[in-house]
Amino acid sequence: MAEAILGLQAITRDFDSFRAVDSVSFDIGRGSITGLIGPNGAGKTTLFNVLAGLLPPTSGSVQLNGQDVTRLSPNRLFGRGLGRTFQIPRPFAKMSVLENVMLAPLAQMGERWFGPFLHADKVSLQEKAIREKAMDVLEFVTLDKLADHAAGQISGGQMKLLELARVLMGDPELILLDEPAAGVNPTLTGVLIEKIEELNRRGKTFVIIEHDMDFVMQHCDPVIALAEGKVVFQGTPEQAQANTVLLDAYLGAQIDE
Amino acid sequence: MIGLISYLIFFTTVAAILSIAVLGLNLQWGNSGLFNGGVVAFFGAGAYGTLILGGTAQSAHLGGFELFYPLALIGGMMCAGLMAWVVGKLTIRLRHDYLAIATFGVAVAFENLMRNAEGLSGGAQGLRGFERPLHAWLGDGFTYNAIFLVFVLILLIATYRFLELLIRSPYGRLLRAIREDETAAQSLGKDPAKIRLASLIIGSVIMGLSGGLYATFYAFISPQDILPILTFQIWAMLIVGGAGNNKGAVAGAFLIWAAWTASGWGLSRFAPLEMQLYTGSIQFILIGLVIVGMLLWRPQGLFPEKLVISQSGRAKHVKNRE
Repeated sequence: MAEAILGLQAITRDFDSFRAVDSVSFDIGRGSITGLIGPNGAGKTTLFNVLAGLLPPTSGSVQLNGQDVTRLSPNRLFGRGLGRTFQIPRPFAKMSVLENVMLAPLAQMGERWFGPFLHADKVSLQEKAIREKAMDVLEFVTLDKLADHAAGQISGGQMKLLELARVLMGDPELILLDEPAAGVNPTLTGVLIEKIEELNRRGKTFVIIEHDMDFVMQHCDPVIALAEGKVVFQGTPEQAQANTVLLDAYLGAQIDE
Repeated sequence: MIGLISYLIFFTTVAAILSIAVLGLNLQWGNSGLFNGGVVAFFGAGAYGTLILGGTAQSAHLGGFELFYPLALIGGMMCAGLMAWVVGKLTIRLRHDYLAIATFGVAVAFENLMRNAEGLSGGAQGLRGFERPLHAWLGDGFTYNAIFLVFVLILLIATYRFLELLIRSPYGRLLRAIREDETAAQSLGKDPAKIRLASLIIGSVIMGLSGGLYATFYAFISPQDILPILTFQIWAMLIVGGAGNNKGAVAGAFLIWAAWTASGWGLSRFAPLEMQLYTGSIQFILIGLVIVGMLLWRPQGLFPEKLVISQSGRAKHVKNRE
């Protein structure tokens, strides 16, 4: 495996007496597209929330680029190059699609309240650059024509693409996608896969939670399966498809056809 | 005739002063989603601060610093800002209704402190001994009030322009993102706690300005001026005008203040004598009805928030907001 961009050591997360994630350890290789699968309630999203800093782990540790980031807040993790999307999209509904995307870049001078008063010229120059980049990113995810729409009014699939666009504006090295294809129509899913692979060729690392087994088997390598909070399988998609226990228990008929 | 003009000047001055407070609340609630249920505490901090710093020497309570008036006013605003900083630090983890309850409690505590800390605030008697600025030159009458109105209007316009610039800048985008979805904003590298604190302080400083002007206008402030009803009035103004829209905030302030004044006048004039005892209570009920009615039938207010497309200044109306 390539050098690890993300390392997990014995991550455990309890909710009261319920253990959602149970001593999970694995490494994510730089430049890979890792598929994270498992039945509903297996702990996949909880694990994502721990990795992205939204939930502190009950125990265990996380390394990003070799540095311990276990209890960093989501905002600091984004600053260190870890971006994530949400299972249920979280657009800023009453803001334009363009504003949603323009929000994301880090270290904007205009984000200080006195910015527009003290350094109006520099702020407007920076805004211009951000707007151009935002339009490029929106074009990349095929949302450029919706730039002036309220983000709460676009379709669910488009919201998934919008979340990807927002994350891309921060230029993270590692992107966690939570069910990017769920509820997205086949055409948009095709666009999404194409974009993920293109970004991957440019060096981005992905970890993707997905229930669509065709998606996972065709585009992810390695594949990691969770069940009841534990890692039950880790290997290539070919090994996953040959693993009868995994197939029977979690994937069942989905792979047969 | 001169009586009517005098009255209009009086009315407009008070409405303009309250507009400034509504603008402050609009930054907090309309733009940042901060549910400040204690507007009157920050208004009061500005009022008491201004009079204590700018008043003449008194034996009964703190004061007599006789600061140059603009400094006293700025000092009052800083008192409000300082209080917002403390309140913000203490309530940093609270959201929505919890924040509303906490800030409401702060306002009640503030009112009681002012009522009882006689050495600080003159207690229930209020703060006296404030000379209105330029009083010696302009006298007490019509001219003074007209010039004071111009002064208030200039500050209202300045506040409005400041806030318009602010919410159309990248900072405004940041505030709206926090209002819409704090978790998503945090996942994009933004620090919600810091942003909410700054918005609370800026909005409260503006409320402090409003309180300072109010106290200057009457040359007096007492605990009776900072009762919870004022918080509700200011909220009604914002809800009726349109949260998220500064024009709406100002229009709502004038409308509600007109309705409040007219209902008081109408009740005292036309209501049966035994009802007149309850004028105040009836007005309380009316203001509650206005808030509930607006929230039910037109929650976006008379002037709905406009969608900012980007910071180029182009804005477009969104039709199907909630």
